[in-house]
Amino acid sequence: MKISEQDIKTVASLSRLRIPPEEAQEVTSQLDKFLTYVENLQAIDTTNIEPTTYALPMQNVFRADVVKPSLQREDALSNAPLKEDGYFKVPRVLEE
Amino acid sequence: MKLYEKTAHELHDLLQAKEISATELTAEVLAHVDEVENKIGAYIEITRDKATADAKAVDEKISRGEKISALEGIPCAVKDNICTKGIRTTCASKILENFVPPYDATAYNKLSAQNPILIGKANMDEFAMGGSTENSGFHVTRNPHNLDCVPGGSSGGSAAAVAGGEAVFALGSDTGGSIRQPASFCGVVGLKPTYGRVSRYGLVAYASSLDQIGTITRDVEDCANVMNAIAGHDEMDSTSTAAPVPDFTKSLVADVKGLKIGLPKEYFVKGIDGEVEKSVRKAAETFEKLGAEIIEISLPHTDYAISTYYLIAPAEAATNLERYDGVSYGARVNGIDVVDMMTNTRTEKFGAEVKRRIMIGNYALSAGYYDAYYLKALKVRTLIQRDFIDAFKNVDVILAPTAPTAAFKIGEMISDPLKMYLQDICTVPLNLAGLPGISVPCGMTSSGLPIGFQLIGKALDEATIIKAAYTYEKNN
Repeated sequence: MKISEQDIKTVASLSRLRIPPEEAQEVTSQLDKFLTYVENLQAIDTTNIEPTTYALPMQNVFRADVVKPSLQREDALSNAPLKEDGYFKVPRVLEE
Repeated sequence: MKLYEKTAHELHDLLQAKEISATELTAEVLAHVDEVENKIGAYIEITRDKATADAKAVDEKISRGEKISALEGIPCAVKDNICTKGIRTTCASKILENFVPPYDATAYNKLSAQNPILIGKANMDEFAMGGSTENSGFHVTRNPHNLDCVPGGSSGGSAAAVAGGEAVFALGSDTGGSIRQPASFCGVVGLKPTYGRVSRYGLVAYASSLDQIGTITRDVEDCANVMNAIAGHDEMDSTSTAAPVPDFTKSLVADVKGLKIGLPKEYFVKGIDGEVEKSVRKAAETFEKLGAEIIEISLPHTDYAISTYYLIAPAEAATNLERYDGVSYGARVNGIDVVDMMTNTRTEKFGAEVKRRIMIGNYALSAGYYDAYYLKALKVRTLIQRDFIDAFKNVDVILAPTAPTAAFKIGEMISDPLKMYLQDICTVPLNLAGLPGISVPCGMTSSGLPIGFQLIGKALDEATIIKAAYTYEKNN
């Protein structure tokens, strides 16, 4: 096995996901199968090969620094699950 | 032939000649949608009132004697990951079930300037992750050619709408084949432009270095007209190219004399269905008869494309989908604290495939595995791209199957994610290399399912693949 149920638990937690105990085994086995398959990349010699993050040549892109209309606060908040006084509202983060 | 079966350019001529009205055309398409939608399920939302009102405006324009654009008054579908201001855009995800974008995607904005008639937002695999549209958070879409089969994916709703007479053309998006494969499964034309040719602003991000908006149409001429509407630089997308955009209708010339077409041997090996291979080879013979030169080529790293793609795309997806945290938009499921709220929201509202890819991505990016998985994949991506650069020294375009098989049965692959991923072998290499590809129908299987080939072009050379595709279509 390339990956354990504990690894899955860790990566799920990093991903802010919860795997129900009854699904843990299947999820682990699917990801293990996947990780075994992608092992084929290790057979390729990539010494001195540069990584490609974007396929086409990319450069810094600049535009004129001028003030333009942007999304109104009301519009930006229009899809918020919970809002108050022009702010997004979330459950308490800090203890009192 | 019913109006809803005609191409956009045929309908344009009828509209301009006042032989039909946009209102009549829209009403006929909507009536057909009412008749077949409960079987096909191409749409997540149907924009009936807007369609009717927009059609009336086009008719008023025509009655004033004004000239109309090539797409004016033509019914269309837009994939539901392309933001439409004031119209719900869900990405087929429960997490965005009630999301109403406060702005338009640039591609939709440019399309709207041509005044087509939006019939609705098309179904898809959730967040464009999948090749069958079975991963939609709402319902499956069925293939109009055989309702037991998938339409392909992730732009399955877009392709099924066009093939089933529920729209005349559609916008889709293609990250690893999501326009070309459903086009092939549904017997329509699908173009994935060069990375950067069409702005991604307002396209809900899946894998940002691979995503590209493109067209699904009934023929190549319609493809050229829709591309003319949506292509071009956009300062809102820093990855959109500033390269000049040609008039794609100039490519609608039936001539492939002297065109060098490469046939990559790696695309005709294990896993390719016999009938698919036969149809694609027959298409190569057709091109040869029309004066093209067929040259066998090799793209030696093809075998590694699936691994490369399925490490890079989920890594980007894991990062892009961090934003769905129940805070600023989308669904929220309450919890005892912030982290619990976020975890509840994501656990309850994301589907299984989305969760799988987020976990693959975060695993591949995590400390201790980054070099072995993610960085390794980025290096192999370089080699895959070099394969194409080398091949294009000797050929003008590359001809290959779009998918290894015709449409498969609903439920056939869904329980085996890896098997589903392997279906993408013919399409993902182009996304990794940023190249354009067009899928064109080239026959049917003995059981009556469409087969497609794809023509792969050099970066920014959609013109040549459109011309070759047009030539094939006119001579077949």
